[in-house]
Amino acid sequence: MSENNKAPILEVRDLGIDFGGLTAVNDLNLTVYPEEIVGLIGPNGAGKTTVFNLLTKVYQPTRGTIKLCGEDIGKMTTIDVSKAGIARTFQNIRLFMNMSVLDNVLCGMHNETKYSPFTGILRLPKYYSQEKMIEERAIQLLDIMDLKDDMDLMAGNLPYGAQRRLEIARALATSPKLLLLDEPAAGMNPQETEELMNTIRFVRDHFKIAILLIEHDMKLVMGICEKITVLNFGMMLAQGTPDEIQANPEVVKAYLGE
Amino acid sequence: MKTIFDKKHISRTTTYLLVIVAYIVLTILQKTGNLGSLFSGLLVPVCCFIVAGIGLNLNVGISGELNLGQAGFMSVGGFTGVIVSGALSTMIPNGIIRLIIVIICGAIVAGIFGYLIGIPVLKLQGDYLAIVTLAFGQIIMSLINNLYIGIDKNGFQVSFINNTLELGEGGRVLLSGPMGANGIDRIATFTAGIILVLVALAIVYNLMYSRNGRAIMATRDNRIAAESIGIHVANTKMLAFVTSASLAGAAGALYGMNFSTLMPLNFDFNSSILILVYVVLGGLGNMKGTIISTAILMVLPELLRSLQNYRMIIYAIILILIMLVSNNATAKEKISGLFKFLKKNKAEGVEANE
Repeated sequence: MSENNKAPILEVRDLGIDFGGLTAVNDLNLTVYPEEIVGLIGPNGAGKTTVFNLLTKVYQPTRGTIKLCGEDIGKMTTIDVSKAGIARTFQNIRLFMNMSVLDNVLCGMHNETKYSPFTGILRLPKYYSQEKMIEERAIQLLDIMDLKDDMDLMAGNLPYGAQRRLEIARALATSPKLLLLDEPAAGMNPQETEELMNTIRFVRDHFKIAILLIEHDMKLVMGICEKITVLNFGMMLAQGTPDEIQANPEVVKAYLGE
Repeated sequence: MKTIFDKKHISRTTTYLLVIVAYIVLTILQKTGNLGSLFSGLLVPVCCFIVAGIGLNLNVGISGELNLGQAGFMSVGGFTGVIVSGALSTMIPNGIIRLIIVIICGAIVAGIFGYLIGIPVLKLQGDYLAIVTLAFGQIIMSLINNLYIGIDKNGFQVSFINNTLELGEGGRVLLSGPMGANGIDRIATFTAGIILVLVALAIVYNLMYSRNGRAIMATRDNRIAAESIGIHVANTKMLAFVTSASLAGAAGALYGMNFSTLMPLNFDFNSSILILVYVVLGGLGNMKGTIISTAILMVLPELLRSLQNYRMIIYAIILILIMLVSNNATAKEKISGLFKFLKKNKAEGVEANE
């Protein structure tokens, strides 16, 4: 396999977190290679979103190491992790609802622009050159996510599916190396899910990034993921290709019971 | 010219135009003697409260943090201005230059106070800023109530006990506790007030439509999402808060220069609430609304003066009505329905006459 020739983007070793006496995630090992789509699945309460919160440092891990492109991000803050190259979307949509669609994406480029508040207030030439640059890129992104016609709308007025796409566009605006998608297809109908699968593949190919996604829609997971990790009660249950996972009796047991 | 009249900028452009047109009209009225002394006296204070209101709107409407101590920052700016003006009166006799220095000093000192308050508070989530700024307003008032400052050849003298200033020859008392500052050189003008309003508008608008302004609004809308895309939440809130405090300081400095006496009681808790009322009534995040509502609500009590004791009741009723009409869909419908009804009747009447 070609992936073995490349250095991994994300390397998680023995990751764990305790909330008081409760162990939410334990001994998680996860490796994501460049331009790979990896699925993270498991029954409700398995700790999938907690893993995302650990990777983006919303929670500080109790044990284990996280490496992004070989660099240890275990001690970083959420903001530094974003700068280092991990972007995410949220299970319950978290857009800037009272801002325009375009502004939502421009916010994602916050750290790409470097001018100070004074430059902004005094409207120095640097303001115009940088704003022009990011606006062009934001419109390109919106075009890719099929939101260009709605760019002056308030984000809160978008239909549900479009809000999900806008969240992905905002995450992509931070120029990530690794994109974390938390249930991107939640609440979508089969046709929208089909379109979303194509979009995710396109994003991977166009931006050459790795994608780690949590999803309950098995059609989507089995359809686009090259590798799947199954969590149950915070523990890693199985890891492998979609075919291997589907044939794994442990996984079937975790989902359906005995 | 094309850019300032496109869809994005039109609201900002009309706000600037509104201020300039109001200035021209009022100046003509004043010069031709059509503006009563009562309204002439209100011109500068209205400008001051508009500037403080624009600042507060940045903090409450754009940044989403409640601030109940805007008058406290005006107080800091005002008394800083009085002291600076008093100290410089012999050195810089030119009123305009001194006024500019006074306003800048007021803004800077109020900004520093804002920064110091913001350090512990803005890292927290919730309404802590409201509580702390409320206390700040009271503390500043008490502090200035007990502050005696004088100046002589050897420099400033500061005391917290009455009549203990030992001023040498040619010394002057700048601040005398609850009596405040007396004999202030009245160098504020309406023109200066309008320029300050325009500068405040430019600062807030330009900030709003820049990288930092977007970050401020993003933090307001969703703190967790803002952090996830690399926005430093506490610093962002601090920027909005310090800018807001500085604008209040500048407004206070101008306010102080408009009267011969400035007392700590001029900036009490009621003033803070009044500014908040202007902002909420004008619409959160809407600068033009703040300007209009401040002007109306400051002039209204003077217009109602003939009603004597009833005027505050009428004032309150008008306030409630405006709130209802501007924020309640049903009330809006009823009122617009009433207007339509009247219009229709009128139109029918005209037709019948023909």
